[in-house]
Amino acid sequence: MNNSPNTRPAIEFRYVSYRVNGDGDAGRELLHDLNLEVQRGETLVLLGRSGSGKTTTLKLINHLLTPSSGELLVETRPTRDWDVIRLRRTIGYVIQEVGLFPHFTVEHNIGLVPKIENWPAERIRARVGELLELVGLAPEIASRYPRELSGGQRQRVGVARALAADPPILLMDEPFGALDLITRVELQREFLNLQKRLCKTVVFVTHDLREALLLGTRIALMEAGRLVTVQTPEEFLNSTEPLATAYKDAFGGDLRI
Amino acid sequence: MSLWQFMVHNHTEILELTLEHLKLVGISTFLAVLVGIPLGILITRWPALNKPVLGGANIIQTIPSLALFGFLLPAPWIGARADRLAILALALYALLPLIRNTYAGIQGVDRAIVEAGRGMGMTDCQLLFHVELPLALGVIIAGVRVATVISVGLATIAAAIGAGGLGEYIFRGLAMVNNQVILAGAIPAAAMALLADVSLGWLEKRLSPG
Repeated sequence: MNNSPNTRPAIEFRYVSYRVNGDGDAGRELLHDLNLEVQRGETLVLLGRSGSGKTTTLKLINHLLTPSSGELLVETRPTRDWDVIRLRRTIGYVIQEVGLFPHFTVEHNIGLVPKIENWPAERIRARVGELLELVGLAPEIASRYPRELSGGQRQRVGVARALAADPPILLMDEPFGALDLITRVELQREFLNLQKRLCKTVVFVTHDLREALLLGTRIALMEAGRLVTVQTPEEFLNSTEPLATAYKDAFGGDLRI
Repeated sequence: MSLWQFMVHNHTEILELTLEHLKLVGISTFLAVLVGIPLGILITRWPALNKPVLGGANIIQTIPSLALFGFLLPAPWIGARADRLAILALALYALLPLIRNTYAGIQGVDRAIVEAGRGMGMTDCQLLFHVELPLALGVIIAGVRVATVISVGLATIAAAIGAGGLGEYIFRGLAMVNNQVILAGAIPAAAMALLADVSLGWLEKRLSPG
């Protein structure tokens, strides 16, 4: 089997567990023995309810959290062998609250990682223009401040910011969860177009089955810190696995990809 | 003669005392800023130091000012000159608002912003200087404002140990039982406090984001 870096998974979890320290042995295990591979170029959706461990899994990838046991490989190297800063700059990160810097203009927000990577100013400006077009924002938005933008616009800037240094991997933690339904659907569609153009490796956390079916190339269903099943959307729809069925029932009929 | 005439008549001395007062407040606040703000930043990075640092500054503040002057008198080099002693005491009193406001200002930055910054690969230094400090600046300046106004008031007591400043007139007036003399010291001191409050308040608003 061809084992060159390009065919290896972009992200590999091998028996990864994550515990938070309680008193003595009473630590809580948020993630138990996770074995999961994220293939290059796919959109892997982590689907689960609150407390299922999906956000914990995401944050282990860019080392915002450290695995308590097991091995986590990003781009074939264990995360503990990576320089943490370099690892994070190789990974785009989009969160639900967006977290734009209010004292920076949109341009400055998007250009932040390129700036701390010492890109020349011209290249940064060009890149910002490129990204605004990519996420469907007018060029004049560049000089505005986050407080002047709508929620949908802010998250578009958030995505642009995450893509600024052209990272191969993108982590998204319920990025559209705080938006109204119409804006959410709009952004989901744009995400699909973006993925077609960019082919990033994306790990996408959501609790919304419809979103998972729409956006995911594979869906990893999680519950109580464990991985229950990993399936394509078609497989999920036809699945008789009890948790998957419970999800489908909870979301009502007319589920489609 | 009226109070106004009295102040005009003695304007050289009043000006001299005002400048002395400014020197005491200025140097002590500057020292407190130099020590207090870094300490405030430190305890956001090392939460274990939170209790000792804030607790220590709190204890200093609860010591009655005149007593603190008294405690510092026997200290070598410091106690030798009244103005050094006063400056140190004033700086110590200014520490608590500065440390506390720096800490609160940085902790008050939206956690989502800090998480986004860390997740993007900003180093701790970059996060501090590009994000946390600029966003905490308004609250930090508020701390400087409180520290300065407290110092202007406390510096009047410095005269009791011979450090000069407008307190001299106040104490002199009290000894002479002469209201004009008291007011000739108290009014400029009050005006100084108000001016500091208003101008730093303006700066605080200008530097607060959003």
